[in-house]
Amino acid sequence: MQFDPFVIPFNIGLYFILIYAVVRSVIWFNGLSRPDKLRLQRGFFGKTFGQSIKEIFLESLIHRKILKSNPRLGYMHMSLAFGWFILILFGTIEADVFGAHHLNAPYKAIFFKFFYPEHGRLGFEAAYSFLMDLILAFILSGLLLAIIKRFSSKVVGMKKTTKLRVLDKVALTSLWLIFPSRLLAESFTSGAYGTGSFLTGSLGSVLASFLPAQEMAYPFWWLYSLSLGTFFILLPLTRYMHIPTELFLIFARNSGIKTGDQPGAFREIQIYSCSSCGICIDACQLNFSAGITNIQSAYLMKGIRNNENVSDIAFNCLMCGRCDQKCPVGIELTPLRMLSRRAGETVESEQTIWQKYFPERQSVMPARLVPDPSYAFLKQYEPAKTDVIYFAGCMTHLTPAIKNSMVAILEASGVSYNFLDEMGGVCCGRPLMLAGQDREARELINHNSQLIWKSGAHTLVTSCPICYKVFKESYYLDVEVLHHSQLIKNLIEDGSLKLNFLRRKVTYHAPCELGRGSGVYDEPKAVLRYVARLQETGFEDKNSLCCGGSLGNIKISSRQKSMIAHDVAAELTKDNPDILATSCPLCKKTLAAATTTKVADISEIVADAIVKPAIKKKLTEPAGKVEMPADFQN
Amino acid sequence: MDRFGFSISKGRQIDYDANSRHIADFISEREPSFRVCIECGCCSATCTTGNFTNFSLRELQILLKRGENEKVRESIKKCMLCGKCILVCPRGVNTRNVVTLARQAFQKYPANAV
Repeated sequence: MQFDPFVIPFNIGLYFILIYAVVRSVIWFNGLSRPDKLRLQRGFFGKTFGQSIKEIFLESLIHRKILKSNPRLGYMHMSLAFGWFILILFGTIEADVFGAHHLNAPYKAIFFKFFYPEHGRLGFEAAYSFLMDLILAFILSGLLLAIIKRFSSKVVGMKKTTKLRVLDKVALTSLWLIFPSRLLAESFTSGAYGTGSFLTGSLGSVLASFLPAQEMAYPFWWLYSLSLGTFFILLPLTRYMHIPTELFLIFARNSGIKTGDQPGAFREIQIYSCSSCGICIDACQLNFSAGITNIQSAYLMKGIRNNENVSDIAFNCLMCGRCDQKCPVGIELTPLRMLSRRAGETVESEQTIWQKYFPERQSVMPARLVPDPSYAFLKQYEPAKTDVIYFAGCMTHLTPAIKNSMVAILEASGVSYNFLDEMGGVCCGRPLMLAGQDREARELINHNSQLIWKSGAHTLVTSCPICYKVFKESYYLDVEVLHHSQLIKNLIEDGSLKLNFLRRKVTYHAPCELGRGSGVYDEPKAVLRYVARLQETGFEDKNSLCCGGSLGNIKISSRQKSMIAHDVAAELTKDNPDILATSCPLCKKTLAAATTTKVADISEIVADAIVKPAIKKKLTEPAGKVEMPADFQN
Repeated sequence: MDRFGFSISKGRQIDYDANSRHIADFISEREPSFRVCIECGCCSATCTTGNFTNFSLRELQILLKRGENEKVRESIKKCMLCGKCILVCPRGVNTRNVVTLARQAFQKYPANAV
């Protein structure tokens, strides 16, 4: 017996998905920019090939990252992905070794038991059947977890799981049917022929004892084939498209392709790589502190895939980047969200089936200057020439303590600097970028760039992480950009700043834009260790929380903001520190409103600790005499 | 009359029949906190743009609520969205969203259209 009509649905599905994956890959490759194409070619035929294969094995099959963070959820994903993979692999080997021919058609391996029901009675064959049953049991255990997760996500250690659309549900059902129908089909066949190992054999003999096994087997083989075929054909329309896309993504990422601020094929690849696993939902503070459960990255990706108007989702996000860090696929979620913000409102349209299989790439207008500028009122002036300029930033002007401390620190360490925005400066442009208005932001960036360029400075110090990120990434300037924590660390280390040790317990809250946004974790903590006793919190570095005051979120209400701030402040002051330190004026302001513990910026703590020079008072000078400026009378 | 140094001052009454509040409605529908503004002027006091021009978010909010939209259309573009006004607002008005929505609304409804 070499062929049976029931294998047709499986064959149609399999060849469809293989051809589809190739066609789609070619479309994606063509959509990449020319340098990215070269990068991918070099990456594919170069050193990174091995690395990519290793990553595919560890992440796409074993799901190592999920296993590390959540073993139960990881086991569920691993058993389905890795289990299915080895079932196919060992099935193919089985068909090749024990079948009548070598190099069989794929369906022979998948439906091996149907074509060779007598196989697996004795010796090595029986041992091999045992192995195949073991793999099937492994997958079924994961499937059981997956089904339970649908109804109660707490079982696998997740608080929330993603909500699904109709097509997703059909595909999910067909996926769930694959393995039970295989189990039943194999069991009935084994029961009829008295073969099979511990799982199919025993279940088969039990079923055969009261059912006509020979007749019952055939419909289940049909069901098995049909569910496989349905799953493969629906795969491109559903979240399971992540299975083929992730392979492409891993190769592209290892070749050095990044989202950057350009929409294109790589954006689409990342959007289709999202498996809607829901790990971002659990990481999101809007979910667990403010009760907003419909805007997380998984929903954004799904909304974009389904051509919905995602602007409400895109703008309701703190842009803290916690989901980026947690995403097991490593999708650059925050840059993708920035692109969606720039695209603004999109029109929701009904798609034909053809458009769903081959979606049009959404275009995002590139930011360019138009002849009608919004900020023409800004006047250029000649700033004083210095080596170091200090740019406090808008938020720092609202927290004068930080500004004054920084001035004190700079004075005490003898740095010659120019306070660029002492009388209030122009916004850095990042808030506009976060609101998706890149063109306007570019105007402000140009204005500030000219000022900085005119000042001839080599170092730009800022107190605001929001400014820091944009100076670093979007200003094309030949200056060293430092956050004040970095500057203070340098000053301490080269000995220009002498500090006392304060007997205080301090916990550090890492601001999102400085930490996850710019990768500055260690300098602020090092500075704090110089002046105080730094306590660990449960939320260090990449796992740090967002204070909730982020400018990233445009939609959130002030009540929800304070809910987040209260949660964060409570977490960070668990060990009763004397001071809750941070390095962002916005975090300071937000957290100070949410806790009774003293909240202070690093610069304030350092300014407190400055060793005061011995006072040289001229005793001859009369006390209380105030010198008036010369032009005071005018 | 002009020759004698007098002029007829423009009428200062607000004609709610002629004015259209559709932009204010557009905003308050999407950002309900727009309604709770008490026009205290804290936002204008701290404003980055207000440092350079006579831009005042307080004035713009009042004009929008009166329906005098054309006076707002150009000046709302001057906002830099830096967010200081949110931090100082005693009523918790999400001013950045108000400005963003106003810009959207002005794009959606071009001049002289009701």
